[in-house]
Amino acid sequence: MTKELPADPHVAVVATAGGVEDGPLTMADGTSLKSAMARAQFRARLRAFLLVLPLLAFVVITFIMPIGELLKRSVYSPNFHDNMPNLVAWFAKHPPGTEPDESAYAALVADLRLLKKTKKAGLVGTRVNYELPGSRSLFTKGARKAKKLEPPYREALLKLDPKWGDPALWQVMRAAASPYTMNFYLAALDLKRDPSGKIVPVEENRRIYKMLFARTLALSLLITFLTLILAYPIAHLLATLPLSKSNLLMILVLLPFWTSLLVRTTSWMVLLQSQGVINDALVALGIIGDDGRIQMMYNKTGTVIAMTHILLPFMVLPLYSVMRTINPSYVRAARNLGATSWTAFRRIYFPQTVPGIGAGALLVFILAVGYYITPALVGGSDGTLISNLIAFHIQKSLNWSLAAALAALLLTGILILYWLYDKLVGIDNLKLG
Amino acid sequence: MKKILILSTAIAGLAAVAASAEEINVMSWGGAYTKSQVEAYGKPFTKETGIKVNWIDADNPATPIKAQVEAGNVSIDVADVEYSDAVRLCDEGLLEEIDHAMLPPAPDGTPAEEDFIPGALTDCGVANIVWSTVVAYNKENVDGAPQSIADFFDTEKFPGKRGLRKSAKANLEMALMADGVPADQVYDLLNTPEGVERAFRKLDTIKDDIVWWEAGAQPPQLLADGEVVMSTAYNGRIFNAAVSEGQPLEIMWDGQILDFDLFVIPKGAPNKENAMKFVAFATDTKRLADQASWISYGPARKSSSALVGKFMDGKTDMGPHMPTAPENMKNALVNDYEFWVDHDAELNERFNAWLAQ
Repeated sequence: MTKELPADPHVAVVATAGGVEDGPLTMADGTSLKSAMARAQFRARLRAFLLVLPLLAFVVITFIMPIGELLKRSVYSPNFHDNMPNLVAWFAKHPPGTEPDESAYAALVADLRLLKKTKKAGLVGTRVNYELPGSRSLFTKGARKAKKLEPPYREALLKLDPKWGDPALWQVMRAAASPYTMNFYLAALDLKRDPSGKIVPVEENRRIYKMLFARTLALSLLITFLTLILAYPIAHLLATLPLSKSNLLMILVLLPFWTSLLVRTTSWMVLLQSQGVINDALVALGIIGDDGRIQMMYNKTGTVIAMTHILLPFMVLPLYSVMRTINPSYVRAARNLGATSWTAFRRIYFPQTVPGIGAGALLVFILAVGYYITPALVGGSDGTLISNLIAFHIQKSLNWSLAAALAALLLTGILILYWLYDKLVGIDNLKLG
Repeated sequence: MKKILILSTAIAGLAAVAASAEEINVMSWGGAYTKSQVEAYGKPFTKETGIKVNWIDADNPATPIKAQVEAGNVSIDVADVEYSDAVRLCDEGLLEEIDHAMLPPAPDGTPAEEDFIPGALTDCGVANIVWSTVVAYNKENVDGAPQSIADFFDTEKFPGKRGLRKSAKANLEMALMADGVPADQVYDLLNTPEGVERAFRKLDTIKDDIVWWEAGAQPPQLLADGEVVMSTAYNGRIFNAAVSEGQPLEIMWDGQILDFDLFVIPKGAPNKENAMKFVAFATDTKRLADQASWISYGPARKSSSALVGKFMDGKTDMGPHMPTAPENMKNALVNDYEFWVDHDAELNERFNAWLAQ
């Protein structure tokens, strides 16, 4: 009988549950448990997906696609390629370094005639002008007069304007013949290609973008630091006061938050300008003379003051929400055990507020890096940031490709910082409320 | 990019949805300037043709044209743009061509092509006004009166902040004129690296005293607030602040830079026929003269000058306030659009770098 023991029904159940030898478990209707589970999970996942679909579609259409299209512009600039078919074909046939011969000039004249017909001379000229300033009218004039040109075309074009023989022009045209280019990124880093194609820095008096990136970074860090210094005591006060009083204080924090950005910025202008409230008060009090008025606006100082104030709520709110959850008995316990108030703060209270500091700092910093209106209004010449130059290229110079390249660099920079932050502090340590 | 453009222009286009065949949308610069156009062009046009005119304001009407045409969703029928923009947009195929033969002749029968000031007609644009960038000052804050463009750059003789437009255009020309370059040699010199260098060196001498402005409404405000003692400005804005609002502002005409504003029609304008009608109507001799009684910009037709009368207050004679008045033209420079179309990108890049240093 003892040899029959494995027939014990309990043993059988255990063996089947192990599922090793006796095949997969099945449902009552005979389908396998695994596939039934998968189906049920799939349905649940589908439902979840359908629920987020509207948001996903919204984000893709209004956020990811436009950003993608914009980034594409930073490397894709087809105006020359699309409108100069003959010259593009000539460049394709002849390797770089070939002297432009009569056939090249003939292709160029054919294209100029085409430009006259399609009225795209300006587009092509603008594309070349981005890289070789002053050559735009070469194309518009050339297109206007191309009809009258007679062979040999080389002499005819050079007679029209000797600039047509410039090797730099041919180098730029060759580069522009490809619709894809990295030159806008070079320009965004104060670099360019010399006529031989080597990457060199631009002239000293044209360098601006690297310096502006650095300034944007430095001012944003400074503003983040200042908002932290100012917000920490406020948030602490808000979190420890009785609710009736802290609500009142909270309204004082939120009121400017709800006020239009433009209104807040212009109020700072009223306060800070050299004939403004602060200077007038200082003069009236006799602290400074009438001709010693302090310049607090149209420079870095103005940008820092106004932006610190405007971004302050973004620091106060995360700090406050974290501080509220901190149990005051910990600090009391520390004091009880003999810690000085400074030690209790340093060892007990402060570490618990770090997630709030992280969230607030990240929020303020990222907002500051992309800030545009306030520096435009109060920044003057040395208080403007990289975003103002991006706006300049979008709105005024209409060089959207360069604007896209600058924006892409800024975006990359922020993503790198975000990654660093995640490595150093840990993104799961972040607490927004 | 096209898609964002479609989205954004669709929003702008909502304003135009209501536009039936009997409406046109005209985009201009806002403020006192648009008001002068509403009174002189828009109202009489609607009265005569029954076509309603919707006025839209923009900081620079040339900017939305590129976006709208590229997105294939044009809602503007007529835009009022600066000369270099009119040329540039036309070269890029973003504007409709305007047949000069459809413009009405002067009352004495002179054909339009001869009646307009030379340069006022381009392939795609018809000028309506001559405006000017001038130096203006606040009488109450300046000791004595600045006499020449050189005084604007002389912070020893006239201490105090200066207002300048945040752009290379006009500033470089004025710097050279202040440095003693005769008006007719300014652009030749600016075409050389040495000329550009010299202009920036001159700007360097007042760099620390400059307050930069961007919108045309800012200089009168900066002057009235005492934030600057002198500023470059658009002459019409200063005139309106001085005459209509009674501000103690004065224009110094030496070294003024003249420019045209032109009406253009974006490619694919929804009401092109009526837009053409509007442009022809608005730029006839009488309407151009009428506009000058609302703001101190000069008419672009020679035959209009004789008809320019008094300001709308009924007592100020407009003649001496026109940038084209002979006594104001003694040392004046006409903006060279081709120079700026060519060098705009390059010089503004240099200017931005100079600014940020």
